[in-house]
Formats: sequence, C-alpha cells, structure tokens
Amino acid sequence: MAFIPSYWRETPQRYRYEGNKCIKCECKHDSKCDCETGQVFFPPRRTCCPWCDCTLEPCTIATTGKLLTYTIIVVPPTQFGDEAPYALGICEMDDGARLTAQIVDVPLDKLEIGMPVRIEFRKIQQDGHAGILMYGYKVVPNS
Amino acid sequence: MRDVAVIGIGIQKWGELWERSLRDLWVEAALNAINDAGVDHIDSMYVGCMSGGLFVGQEHLSSLLADYLGVCPVPATRVESACASGGMALRSGFIEVASGLSDIVLVSGVEKMTDVDGGGATYALATAADAEYEVYQGATFPGLYAMVARDYMHRYGLTREQLAQVAVKNHDNGVLNPHAQFPMKMSLETVMNSTMIADPLRLMDCSPITDGAAAAILCPLEMARDLSKNPPIKVSGMGAATDRIALHDRPDFCEFRATVKAAEAAYKMAGVGPDEIDFAEVHDCFTIAELCVIEALGFFARGTAGQATAAGETARDGKKPINTSGGLKSKGHPVGATGIGQIHELVTQLRGTAGERQVAGVKRGLAQNMGGSGGSTVCHILEVV
Repeated sequence: MAFIPSYWRETPQRYRYEGNKCIKCECKHDSKCDCETGQVFFPPRRTCCPWCDCTLEPCTIATTGKLLTYTIIVVPPTQFGDEAPYALGICEMDDGARLTAQIVDVPLDKLEIGMPVRIEFRKIQQDGHAGILMYGYKVVPNS
Repeated sequence: MRDVAVIGIGIQKWGELWERSLRDLWVEAALNAINDAGVDHIDSMYVGCMSGGLFVGQEHLSSLLADYLGVCPVPATRVESACASGGMALRSGFIEVASGLSDIVLVSGVEKMTDVDGGGATYALATAADAEYEVYQGATFPGLYAMVARDYMHRYGLTREQLAQVAVKNHDNGVLNPHAQFPMKMSLETVMNSTMIADPLRLMDCSPITDGAAAAILCPLEMARDLSKNPPIKVSGMGAATDRIALHDRPDFCEFRATVKAAEAAYKMAGVGPDEIDFAEVHDCFTIAELCVIEALGFFARGTAGQATAAGETARDGKKPINTSGGLKSKGHPVGATGIGQIHELVTQLRGTAGERQVAGVKRGLAQNMGGSGGSTVCHILEVV
C-alpha cells in the first residue's frame, strides 16, 4: 500500500540521498550516548540526542561504499512479487552512512561481503497496475 | 516496591484456528488464568497485541476484551511493542502491582493472524521494521534475520548444520507440549532441505503464523498464599531496553544490545547472574535469533552458541535448557501472545507440572521477549519461593 504524501515527503532522501552531518558535537551527556562529531545521519535527524547542542548540517551521503551483509529474498512481499529472487544488503558508504538497499546488476552467486558498491537511481516498486511508480536508490558493484 | 508473584496462568492449544476469533481466544486464555489462580476479582488488566488493526481490523482491545470477559468497568490497557507486546504487558502489570496501585492484575497477550492471507500477514509483521528505510527497499523479516545469519556465519564460521540444530532441538521439546502448534519432530535433513525463504534462512528456520492467546494473574507476593492455592512464583527480576529500529543502524548486527541491556537490568534486580539461571524461554523467531539471544543473555560467549547447541548444551537435558516449550518455532508465534506464552512455560516448569518435558529441579528461569529485528526487548526472571 503506497501513501502518496509520504512518498512525496521522502523524495529528498530517495532521489538525492540527502542526510545530515554533525559538524560539531557538543553533547553534555557524557558517555551515555554514542553521538560524535562527523557522524552522518541518513535519513537526517533533528537531533543526536536530547542533551546535545550539536550543529547538524544538511549533506549528501557518499555514493560509494561496501557491502556489510546481504541476503537473497526468495519469498518476497506482494509488491516485489515479480522481482524475486533478489539480493538485499546493508551497505556502509565511505562517509559512514548506512543503508539497506537492493543489490542489482550482479549475478546472485557473485555477491560477497566487503564488495565495493555504489548507489544508482532506480525504480523500486509500483503500486499495483494503475498506481504510482516509486523510485529510489539501489546499489551496484563498483569495480 | 512490593514483591510480585504469578499465581495463575492460562493458554490454549495454539495453531491455525479458523473457527476462533480474537476475542474468543483471548477470553478463553483469561478465564483459564483466573480459574487457575482461583481469584474472585481482578483490579486491572493489560493486553499485549501487536496489530489487531492490521490482522483483524480491530483496535480498542481494552474495551472489547474487558467487555467480553465481563469485567467492565475494570481499567484495561493495550500494550504494543511489536513481537515483545506480551512481555511488555507483563512489565506494565508488574509495575502496577509493585507500586501498590493494584493488587490483582491480569496480564495477557493475543494475536489472531490467520484471517489475512500470507501477503497480508507479511505486510502486518513488516510494520515492526523501519517502513520507509527497510520495508520500502524490499526487506522482509526473514530477510533481516538472514542478514544477521550471513554476518554471523562470515565472522564466526557458524555452519548451516549448527543453525538447523536450533530448530531440531526446539521441535524435540515441542513434541511434548500439548499447547504447541507443530508438535512433531523435525530431522536435520528436513530443516536443511526445506524451502529457501531468504538465503541462508529456510522455511524451517522460521517461526510460523499462529493464532493464540495467553494470560497470567499477578498479585503482591505477600498476598499470594491467601489468594491462591497455587505455589507462588516470584517475579524476581525485570528489565526492558530499546535499540535502533533499523538493523543497518546497529554497529554490530550479531550483538542484540537491547537484550544485553534488558538482561543486565533483570539480573541486577534479581541479584543473580546468567550462571544462576536454570533454564530459559527465548525469542527464537528465527533459528539465528536464538543463537544471538543466548549469547546476549550471557549464557554463552560470543560466537560459540552454534557449537554449544550442536553439542546439546541447550537441550532439555543439557547444562542450560533453552525453549523447553518448543519455542516460537514449534509452539507457535502469535506475536502479541508470545511473551506471556513464555511465562506460561516458566511457571509450569517452576511448579514442576510440565509432565514429560519437565526439567528436574529447576528453581529459577528467564524469559526473553523481543520486538522487530531486536529493536525492543523485555526480560523477566521468575523463581520458586
């Protein structure tokens, strides 16, 4: 089920990979939270924690990184029914941002933990036969 | 804070119960718990349910269930923390009794999952993950745990056989549980050759879709012997914690930090450590989850739970019996009811009434109930007094 307003609201992240970055961490909450200067948030967050005077600035996340772990989804959710089997992985980008994305343009038996990847803009799903097409990021091997 | 005891438990045989409604299942379990305790009233009640709205199109369970149990105007609260909803309902009832606000509190859980088809159930369950940043991309729950399993295998050399042993062991226990949905033995070959769901996890690595309910009656420990003929079982420890909702936001996919923190708090309250826990019911929604959980609880060192399981250490006659009920895998996983179902097993074992699956001489057990891919966890320690 697609919610049109939320799809529209998320386009800065899905189309342009916008996050934010803590450029000066001034957390007064010593040792209790894990925020630190340089941390990249994707999607962007309003705050690292409630006791921070951190300076968060908008940024675009790095589009290259590596694959940390992956699976091959054989039994898919309804809206991905035509795509299975497909590879899904967790990637860490070069600036530390983490994301879950489909891994495409690679044979399923060539997937490997640690392989270099880069983000590409692709169609993600379709809301039935008559609904909107939904786009976003997938990753491909970066060699 | 007052000490709290469990004096009554109720459940039914879990399964695909086409002819039974959510309210019918829940009322049966609640009546069983009330009759088991022998109490003549309740002061308050809590219901754990993950998604009455998506599974049966019914919210406002507080009114519905108090109404159909016939206890209005008793205050009722529905508690939601995905698959940890039941355990969180117990936590809420514990707090209400411990604080002195109420004396006799019914805590319960229910989920009616088979009114929707497989796609509908997958959709409802997936709402426990990050809808915009995991589910949107094509993630499923088996997929998320499969990524944990892949990471675990890569780092610790866990074998497919060791992973399958978790399911084999839990079915060996479930076969002796009259309430289990799938009380049949499962061979290693059956598990390893079952349909692939999300590589490397196969169908028999996954807990099933289940209809079911469970309930328990809490009261102050000091009143337990006056209120009920049952031997009081003390809730000696309780702890709950959260972690980042998206798996990708956790630094170590195999370390279930919410479970580590919840267990630390429960051990501290009970004044015991992992070595003093005789047996445990843990959240084996997938085989890999049981391995990560029993490490997070401090029962086994990181990376060793697979070998320990293969060596029989978590079997009923092993040094740390895990999921004597059959676990979520064999007993079933009606998500909101699971946390209270675990309490049913702990109390049954601690009373010494578990029949053929009874573990001899157990005095203290732990229940660990987890939401999503580990984003919330609640632990309880129960003991004989």
